[in-house]
Amino acid sequence: MSTTLKRVHGYLAEFDSVKDLYHAAEHVRDAGYQRWDVHSPFPIHGMDEAMGNPSSKLPVFVFCGGITGTTIAFTLETITQTNFWSHIGLGFLQKIVETYPTVVQGKPTDIWTLPAFFPVMFELTILFSAFTTLFGLLALIGLPRWNHPLFVSKNFGKFSDDGFFVCIEARDPKFSQEGTKSLLEKAGGKNIELVEDEI
Amino acid sequence: MDASATASNTPRILDREPLVLNNRSYSWITNRICGIVENKQPALWWILFVPSVLLTGLMVFCFTYLISTGVGVWGQKQPVAWAWDITNFVFWIGIGHAGTLISAILFLTRQKWRTSVNRAAEAMTIFAVMCAGLFPAFHVGRVWMVWFLAPIPNANAIWQNFKSPLLWDVFAVSTYFSVSAVFWFLGLVPDLATLRDRCRPGLKKFLYGLFALGWRGGNRHWSHYETAYMLLAALSTPLVLSVHSVVSFDFATSIVPGWHTTIFPPYFVAGAIFGGFAMVLTLMLPVRRIYGLDDLITPKHVDNMAKIILLTGTIVGYAYCMELFVAYYSANPYEAAAFTLRGLTGPSTWAYYWMFSCNVFAPQLFWIRWCRHNVWVVMIVCMFVNAGMWFERYVIIATTLERHMTPGSWRVYEATWVDKYTFLGTFGFFMMLFLLFLRFLPVIAIGEVKGVLPQSNPHKDDHAEPGIQEEDLMDYSDRHVAKPVAA
Repeated sequence: MSTTLKRVHGYLAEFDSVKDLYHAAEHVRDAGYQRWDVHSPFPIHGMDEAMGNPSSKLPVFVFCGGITGTTIAFTLETITQTNFWSHIGLGFLQKIVETYPTVVQGKPTDIWTLPAFFPVMFELTILFSAFTTLFGLLALIGLPRWNHPLFVSKNFGKFSDDGFFVCIEARDPKFSQEGTKSLLEKAGGKNIELVEDEI
Repeated sequence: MDASATASNTPRILDREPLVLNNRSYSWITNRICGIVENKQPALWWILFVPSVLLTGLMVFCFTYLISTGVGVWGQKQPVAWAWDITNFVFWIGIGHAGTLISAILFLTRQKWRTSVNRAAEAMTIFAVMCAGLFPAFHVGRVWMVWFLAPIPNANAIWQNFKSPLLWDVFAVSTYFSVSAVFWFLGLVPDLATLRDRCRPGLKKFLYGLFALGWRGGNRHWSHYETAYMLLAALSTPLVLSVHSVVSFDFATSIVPGWHTTIFPPYFVAGAIFGGFAMVLTLMLPVRRIYGLDDLITPKHVDNMAKIILLTGTIVGYAYCMELFVAYYSANPYEAAAFTLRGLTGPSTWAYYWMFSCNVFAPQLFWIRWCRHNVWVVMIVCMFVNAGMWFERYVIIATTLERHMTPGSWRVYEATWVDKYTFLGTFGFFMMLFLLFLRFLPVIAIGEVKGVLPQSNPHKDDHAEPGIQEEDLMDYSDRHVAKPVAA
């Protein structure tokens, strides 16, 4: 006999179409739930408004990542190729890297050689921004994650094919066994299922 | 129809051509695309794969021979120090640009038709850049010293020359490869989740699951994901323009007549997109036929890409003519001599005429609708463009160097067998990677294609008037504001 303890993750309801899912999301939003999500095989246009989601903060991270890239490129290039840092009294920085400047191509070794540094500054800006986008995204959405209670549901696997789901989590302050279920029923949900996770 | 009567004030908008034919359902799309990965490959796959692997072996052999003997096994001799290797580098890197154009620029301009071709085009980009990177790495002569290109401290206390276009190129190409790979991977995540959910438990499910990162398709995830995708598109757009501009700086910042031209950056970028689209079509037309994807990659897609080839081909033609005009109008005798040698009196005029006919004349067929809709014509024109773009780089690089400033050092370049087989080998390498991609990953972005179906619009049929697009009438003004949550 199995004695595994189970914890309720939440209610999962399936909907037939994008349209039904959209209207169900409006219902759940208006009922004041916080810990819930809709699951669909593709992003649905306008769903953020239907759910009342705030817009993503990712661009702020990416901006910082980009600036970091520009700064690193500028510092790397000016420290190794110019006398800029000694001129502003920070010559010790140049001592750290112990370098012979490459005096070639008849280009100046002061800060006025800057235009020749633009391509590398640009590329590193893009490089750092792109990686910040990837890792910032993963941090914001809490992935990668090896498992999740939702995967316990047999029905849920359809989300990546043609299934549309609403899941209201049990940790939502407004969650109740009866109230939440009837809300999902009223919104037109089918195959309503209490998802339980083994602990 | 009564609709035309009621809509007398609003101008009628014609229905757009559907992006997916025959009203396919979500599960049809999933089954069709995942089926390619899950079922046995057709015989043709093996017929192509085996020679590709053999050619890859040839490439490995050629590089091994080059390392063990010396870079002199290639045909470069003074004054032609850059020849087939740099030509191949620019050729392959150019191929990649169409992938980024489709995935980034067409995304920012909301061209929904891109969804059917972007995945394969991005894969093509990555594989093409891999082929491209090989050539400069071996061109340096001692490939085991290639890490000197990276800006890391070394025992000589000499840092890279950041003022050199060649180092700009190192940064541009490596950034391009990394960002394209990130973009591609991010696009793959939801589709890998689809494959994961369809697999029986086992190694496959483990691997797809590992790379799907535990994707659950929640809208709170999609919301960040779409922002990330848009940011990457916005980053890739200037990046792709910069990469081929920087490649062109390798030539344009020199003082060699025929290279020292300000038109090079836009001319190279247009040429890259031109050649890249030809390669996309070269790969996608057979894929579409072999795997039965005609409903997803429709004549409209082919038509659009043919039009882009026509446009960029004409830009390239303009650039060729402008080069000739400037050679005449600048009254610079060296510039004029460079172009006279290229087109009239030099030893390699044949390459110039190949370049001109393949790149400028062949795509003009695409003015005719019938030609854009006949896959055989499209395929043949694309083959001409593929060849023409290689000749373009050969003309610019090798034939310019054949006639240097000092007549005493003039020499006609001759490629050796190592040059030829190495280049042929990279085609095998490229094809092998692409065939493996077809075998293990979804060739079409499943999630994105589903997103452009008419039933994916939550406001479908809200305005049932025929002939008017829903999105033209959509109004989110009342839905933007979420109702306040009771405390």
